[in-house]
Amino acid sequence: MAEILISDPTLRDGNHAVKHQLSAQQIRSYAAAANAARIPVVEVGHGNGLGASSLQVGQALLSDREMLRIAREQLTDVKLQAFGIPGFAKLPDLDGALEEGADLFRVGTHCTEADLTERHITYLRGHSKPVHGVLMMCHMTTVGDLVEQARKMEAYGASGAIVMDSAGALLIDDVRRRVSALVEGTGMAVGYHGHENVSLGVANSIAAVEEGATILDGTARGFGAGAGNTQLEVLVAVLQRLGHETGIDLYRLLEAADLAERELVQTIPTTDSVTIVSGLAGVFSGYSRPVRRIAQEFGVDPRDVFFALGKREVIAGQEDVILEVAAELREHLEVQVDIQVEIREGVA
Amino acid sequence: MRVAIIGTGNIGTDLLLKVQRSPWLECALFSGRNLASAGMRTARDLGVPVSDRSIDAVVELADELDLVFDATSALDARRHWELLEPRGVPVVDLTPAKLGELCIPALNLAEAAQEPNLCMVTCGGQAAVPLAACVAATHAHVEYVEIVSTSASRSVGPATRINIDEYLATTEAAVRKFTGVARAKTILIVNPSNPPITMQNTVFAKTEEADLETLTAAVEQMVARVQRYVPGYHLVVPPLYEGGRIAMTVQIRGAGDYLPAYAGNLDIITCAAVAAAEERARANWQDDSEDEAVAATG
Repeated sequence: MAEILISDPTLRDGNHAVKHQLSAQQIRSYAAAANAARIPVVEVGHGNGLGASSLQVGQALLSDREMLRIAREQLTDVKLQAFGIPGFAKLPDLDGALEEGADLFRVGTHCTEADLTERHITYLRGHSKPVHGVLMMCHMTTVGDLVEQARKMEAYGASGAIVMDSAGALLIDDVRRRVSALVEGTGMAVGYHGHENVSLGVANSIAAVEEGATILDGTARGFGAGAGNTQLEVLVAVLQRLGHETGIDLYRLLEAADLAERELVQTIPTTDSVTIVSGLAGVFSGYSRPVRRIAQEFGVDPRDVFFALGKREVIAGQEDVILEVAAELREHLEVQVDIQVEIREGVA
Repeated sequence: MRVAIIGTGNIGTDLLLKVQRSPWLECALFSGRNLASAGMRTARDLGVPVSDRSIDAVVELADELDLVFDATSALDARRHWELLEPRGVPVVDLTPAKLGELCIPALNLAEAAQEPNLCMVTCGGQAAVPLAACVAATHAHVEYVEIVSTSASRSVGPATRINIDEYLATTEAAVRKFTGVARAKTILIVNPSNPPITMQNTVFAKTEEADLETLTAAVEQMVARVQRYVPGYHLVVPPLYEGGRIAMTVQIRGAGDYLPAYAGNLDIITCAAVAAAEERARANWQDDSEDEAVAATG
């Protein structure tokens, strides 16, 4: 059976679920619990990674460096990972993460734009840090193109490629085809990062392992963007049952998840009407909170907003388009109301 | 004015087509590294002299040039300026190298046009900073300004991709310069949708309150001013106030010169560069006419 590297972005993806407001105390407690459970890799930061605290995607309570520093103090036995998306993260942001002692880096980009990562990956490799390339929104390109993009990252120096199902839109066969093509077509370790929009997080992860993936992401109680991530404690339990080695202490992991529920999670992520539509529309999970808020303010249906966003093929980071779409939908509604009023008055 | 363009990618080629239409500018050389590139073919079809000897060809011609447009990369632009400055050739720089005065024609054309090296900021900066300046002009306390630019993948060439950090830093520098707001941030998104999306820019500003009426009037005036040199510049989301932030969005439809109309990110910076060069040409022409008048009376 395979040895699986578990990477836990509870303190990064989870930040999406709380508008990037994770506090020092919350990061400290969960990092300590994750360390006790020997979760091999713990990722911390703003939901969209280094340098992303902004009006566009939400301002974080703590700076990137503060978050990394607090986690680093607790992570004595396991590795600290930082995540950055070029276009948000600049090289000085990487410097900050290096200085705070990040052991591993993930450099992400939309799945068709790998050449945006060249500068960042080569920079980190110059600092002798292992880098995994993250292909975000993996449902939005062909399997063949995905392999081409991953090969670019490999050429820049990445040693891993992560299939990030950022919209929770991939079904089991979609995952199989992507993972097997990457395992076959690159020399890198391949990983899968799932979301629960259509309740396939664990099933997709296991399918990924069957196709040769050796890195899996999951978060405590699924704490994360939209419908939430693959639930870490379930994933590890299933892997154990299947005889795969993760090196994680299951009891301590369950305790870490209980702690997350008590101290981090405001509402346990679940699939609801809006996240199901978000998954169907193939829209980045991080849009969930701002779409709900803006739809309410503009008096429009959040499901309509998601379908309109999906039609425009927005990728991660285009949250400004929510305002545009909501304004358009409202205008459309107003026109309809006007017509109805005219009809009524005409009849009267 | 006789000009050379160095860099034959998306930006250089779109610029060439705009220079060809200018009554003030004549392209004496289009120089790059690969004679087989699409941009080079376009130039040859137009009968413009081309070279694959990049900066060397430009330096050889320096005595006959009134101006050089640099449309390469931030790293190359630095090297080029080291060679052109001692030869007294002014440069309009379309890379984010930030070697000279930052220029946004709608905001500082007349003051900046005579600078020996003029930095045309970035496409996102050209598009969004005029609007950010409107916020700063109509609101007393602007705590923070943020710009989000989204362009179609096809229109974002390899030099821009490798320069992504300089792109962000130079745009932020322009926000600070033209708004006086110290805290600024820029985000760049590259979207691969097909059909390609039109270049879009959102300006956010954090203020305690918003005077949307005054701001909207200022923004409408500013849009009209930018439209004089970038006809496809238009507001898609007029100023609104939501969640403690002012937001507004502009799109730029390109003229469809080199790439189709979605690639407004090319037009916004190439039109700005041409506007800057024409301003210099006009001013020089006026100076020359005055000199001639002095000579005639003297």
